[in-house]
Amino acid sequence: MLIPEVRQKWANSINTVTIGATSEEGGTRTRTVTVGGSTTLPFLHFEGKIPHRPVIAMEVLDITPKDWPALLGEHFSDVWDDPGRWAKKCVDEFGADLVCLRLAGCDPDGEDKGPDEAAAAVKSVLEAVGIPLIVWGCGNNDKDNEVLPQCSEISAGERCLLGSITEDNYKTLVALCKADGHKLIAESPVDINIAKQVNVLATDLGLDPKDIVIYPSSGALGYGMEYVYSIMERGRIAGLDGDTMWAMPLLCDIGKEVWKVKEAASDEIAEWGDQSQRGPLWEASTAYVYLLAGADLLIMRHPKAVSEVKKYLEKLMEPK
Amino acid sequence: MIFIGERINGGFKDIVKAIKEKDSSIIKKWAVRQTQAGANYIDVNIGAVSNKVEDYIWMIETVQETVPTPISIDTNKLEFVKEALKLCQKTPLINSTTAHDEKLDQLVPLAAEHGVGLIGVCMDEKGSPQDVNRRVELAAKIFTHAVEKGLPPERLFLDPVIMPLKFLQPQATNVLEAVGQFKLLSDPPPHIVMGLSNISSQTIESKLINRTFLVMAIEAGLDAAICDVTDTELVNAAITAELIKGEHIYSDSFIKAYQAAKKPGAGS
Repeated sequence: MLIPEVRQKWANSINTVTIGATSEEGGTRTRTVTVGGSTTLPFLHFEGKIPHRPVIAMEVLDITPKDWPALLGEHFSDVWDDPGRWAKKCVDEFGADLVCLRLAGCDPDGEDKGPDEAAAAVKSVLEAVGIPLIVWGCGNNDKDNEVLPQCSEISAGERCLLGSITEDNYKTLVALCKADGHKLIAESPVDINIAKQVNVLATDLGLDPKDIVIYPSSGALGYGMEYVYSIMERGRIAGLDGDTMWAMPLLCDIGKEVWKVKEAASDEIAEWGDQSQRGPLWEASTAYVYLLAGADLLIMRHPKAVSEVKKYLEKLMEPK
Repeated sequence: MIFIGERINGGFKDIVKAIKEKDSSIIKKWAVRQTQAGANYIDVNIGAVSNKVEDYIWMIETVQETVPTPISIDTNKLEFVKEALKLCQKTPLINSTTAHDEKLDQLVPLAAEHGVGLIGVCMDEKGSPQDVNRRVELAAKIFTHAVEKGLPPERLFLDPVIMPLKFLQPQATNVLEAVGQFKLLSDPPPHIVMGLSNISSQTIESKLINRTFLVMAIEAGLDAAICDVTDTELVNAAITAELIKGEHIYSDSFIKAYQAAKKPGAGS
């Protein structure tokens, strides 16, 4: 019996985005990370090329985390008062591909740190590790527009991935990225149309579409993950079909979502089993699903979840 | 949507003058304006202005010196097509063959061999088709010939032959119905193209007629048009029609999104 040809030929490929710059490229990173470039849907090696393995960034905050469960504290509490040492531990002990420095301390409803302190945190991480850096603001538009310029300036030429622009707040960050040679995270609230719109607005200001990574928002396993999955999948298919405003690599912010849900973070319900197993498994399972939806870059927290996902990725990247 | 800019054509007075006086500025102006408007191809037609292949070569070279947009080689002379194919820097389109055997035998192998696109106009030695069935019959003939000679459907553009609404009103619906049937020839189907401006020939409301007919034809399955690409309302209506058909993902700035996709370096 003849087996029908199922391979699809796509009109377009996903953009490649390189994060980090070595000294030859005007930065100080010892290596760079490239994501994207697929000419097919995730892991369909028989159909197209997947030139770059999806990567994992480990999360570092600019303050001692207030709401991280003790299970994460076991691995990070010795270093989490110092972003540089924390980042170094992620690299040396847990094999992070990138570090994601989240400027949670700048939140006006929290410690309300200023631009000087934020830039100092960026600098300390850059000095402590040689891998590329994601710098993500606190999520308050006005405050991010106040602190990120200095962070961008101090890391000029390092080709960081800065986050994030939204439909309502993109002009400052687009200008910074163009001036200082960074890449950008374009964020949207699980909305395929707004995800595209943010990219149109940013590129209309002269940003190269190839400088953008899409963050379509993430949800933990059990908390809206299926909806995010469908948006990512539909967007990726559109990108491969030729929609250049959806042809960007995809980022999923997993640790932040997983470790706030009780199924991962709580150790109070005995019948749910051992939290030290359940928590990392919840994070890893969430990651697996997003990888299948098209994620190119995952931001994660628990070292065990990171190592499990890396093993899984190695298997997925073996062409059959 | 594949837009083929119609303006560099010996049917226009300024182009006649440009060819006769070898005034490249007029050709260059239309090459630039049509490219800026988003043309995927620039149609180059010398019309009845000159029989000399050198004049046609001059037109193509003038366009290529000015813009990187691929050429639509619009001539019924085989010699002109052959000379033009040697010159074209970007993969061109041959405009056109008919269903006439002699034409098919000349042009289909040429397009197949050069890896270029070919427009197949659904008429033959007996003339233009007057109904739906004849259009489909001629389309099927061109299609079969193309596939047999190694020209794949993605490089074939079938033209159902548009006639002036003012004089041959029933042909408009015949064309739309034929377009729907052309889509069934293969999966994926060949491209379907039309010389849009014919529909509004000698009418007062020509832009409105062009625009409305284009939208209706897109609904029927059209995906390419030889038209006035500098007519922004026409182009935007076509983009919107494709959006409504679900061919693009909606965003508030969907016109800008479409245009951004066409900028050099933005991908395919």
